[in-house]
Amino acid sequence: MNSAPRKNVARRLLAHSTGRWAVGVIVLMILAAIVGPHLMPYSGIEQLDIVRLKNSPPSWAHPFGTDQYSRDVLARVLRGARISLAISTLSVLISITIGTAYGLVAGYAGGATDAALMRLLDGFISIPRIFLLIAVLSLWNPVPLTALILLLGATGWFTVSRLVRAETLTARTQDYVQAARALGASDVRILWRHLLPNVATPVLVAATLGVANVIALETGLSYLGLGAREPTPSWGSIFLDGVDFFAGNWWVVLFPGIAIIGTVLAFNVLGDALRDVLDPRQLHGTPMTEAAPSMTESNPHG
Amino acid sequence: MAEPLLRVHDLRTYFYTENGVARSVDGVSFEIGAGETVGLVGESGCGKSVTALSLMRLIRPPGRIEPGSEIRFDGKELVTLDEKSMRAVRGAHIAMVFQEPMTALNPVFSVGDQIAEVVRVHHGGSKREAWRRAVEMLETVGIPSPEQRAHEYPHQLSGGMRHRDHHALALVMNPALVIADEPTTALDVTIQAQILELLRELQQKFGTSILLITHDLGVVAETVSRVIVMYGGEIVEEAPVGELFARSHHPYTEGLLAAMPHVGQERDRLATIPGSVPPPTMWPNGCRFHDRCPYAWERCVAEHPPLYQIGEHHISRCHLAEEPERRAHPHEPAAAKAGA
Repeated sequence: MNSAPRKNVARRLLAHSTGRWAVGVIVLMILAAIVGPHLMPYSGIEQLDIVRLKNSPPSWAHPFGTDQYSRDVLARVLRGARISLAISTLSVLISITIGTAYGLVAGYAGGATDAALMRLLDGFISIPRIFLLIAVLSLWNPVPLTALILLLGATGWFTVSRLVRAETLTARTQDYVQAARALGASDVRILWRHLLPNVATPVLVAATLGVANVIALETGLSYLGLGAREPTPSWGSIFLDGVDFFAGNWWVVLFPGIAIIGTVLAFNVLGDALRDVLDPRQLHGTPMTEAAPSMTESNPHG
Repeated sequence: MAEPLLRVHDLRTYFYTENGVARSVDGVSFEIGAGETVGLVGESGCGKSVTALSLMRLIRPPGRIEPGSEIRFDGKELVTLDEKSMRAVRGAHIAMVFQEPMTALNPVFSVGDQIAEVVRVHHGGSKREAWRRAVEMLETVGIPSPEQRAHEYPHQLSGGMRHRDHHALALVMNPALVIADEPTTALDVTIQAQILELLRELQQKFGTSILLITHDLGVVAETVSRVIVMYGGEIVEEAPVGELFARSHHPYTEGLLAAMPHVGQERDRLATIPGSVPPPTMWPNGCRFHDRCPYAWERCVAEHPPLYQIGEHHISRCHLAEEPERRAHPHEPAAAKAGA
């Protein structure tokens, strides 16, 4: 396949004024999630010393302090990064896969199939995602992580499929689709080789924004006590642990809070940057004109 | 006579729309011999492109090729062929060149990739082999430094280059028949000449038959050996190119020829044919051209003309064949009166 424009995208992304910060923060978070827990002397689950180390403020030994059960907050945030990032990326992977397939089929088939699939989708969309999740998770509590990921994925693909369908509707009337057919390509080949790459750009942007969305959503669910459950730390559940003692023990809430905000912001900024960078008119041309609508909100240092 | 490469008999392609049945192609019969170049001429909406798509079986619902239509290609009946075998025909044995190569090339693949893909669809074989074939083909259509060009994307190429690429794409499998749908319409004249020259060269090299669809009689004059004129979903005249230009018979062909500008002829306005092609859901009764025809009389309104034999290889769908004296008295066509 074509590696040339991919390289180009990576380079442009790093040249993008806000995009490179987003990439930096995200790479840092991923590294922290992978390597971090191995570097820590504590697991973040064990209770170190419930008497003497309970609720101790940040110190050299415990840079983020400890929580009410004397667990090291830094260790918990790092471990939480694994859980939160895994939940969000995996569930987004599921939702864009379903959404892309659904949208491609609807857009390509057209006619009655399209109409039926879209009305069905209207039905799905009319159910508010958060209420659906709360309802399911309240009945199924505690929920295994795998099930949580599947649930978030299965409820997150609606807008993606709309997007893909719209893109497919435009793409399929292009002459190159007719030309491909005139050259003997089958429907499957046309979908896979000719339409999918042409709808990939908006999907990638939507996926990036989707990750940010799911991190925030998972935090919210954990906060309601419906996400990852003790002792498994996700950023949301760490936050929830600390929130009752916020006045005295600000560190338990502050650090996971920063991680959440920084990551969500970074993914949102990355989505915007990708949209700029993947614009085909800018792919091969001269240096891009700086067009970052979200610059004001974007110092994702946290 | 040996069987021609393509024999179309009574081809009818109808579209079942909300506004009624559009008889876009309505009983068309013609032949193309091996290595022959045939021009298919007519205004927009007369059925040229639908004819081309029908030959490739690329008509999608609500359109369909009516039962009873026959398209015999290289000894095979295409109308009843199953989809899988038809796919094997498309691109490999019959290929199509489109009007707008910018949109006919997929923007996200390099031109080499696109050509190689066609090779792999039909031939299988390794990627490297297909790529080599693609580069070879780019060279054949006259792309300089094809090795590098193969890695470029459609939008990086100039208009003329894109046309060459597109031809390479259509011709890579060395098809027996190439259908070129308005291949030069959107081009400036120098590129137009290059593309026509290219088609001619490729034809000589590979012995390909070409069906050239155009509304430009100038292009026809310098390229094809035989011309088919379509109007209202039907063939209205067919003749060798010299014969057609010297002794056109059908008033519609006459009108098309009169609408062409000629060097050395001084005229303030170009001649036009009054009115426009009626929608294919409501072809007029009798002769479909009667309300735009300067010779039409009662018979033309009442009786649908058959194809009359005018000369040895010359046919025309006009009652003037039987009543030639009426040509002496042209009048204002009905469409001109109504339109004015």
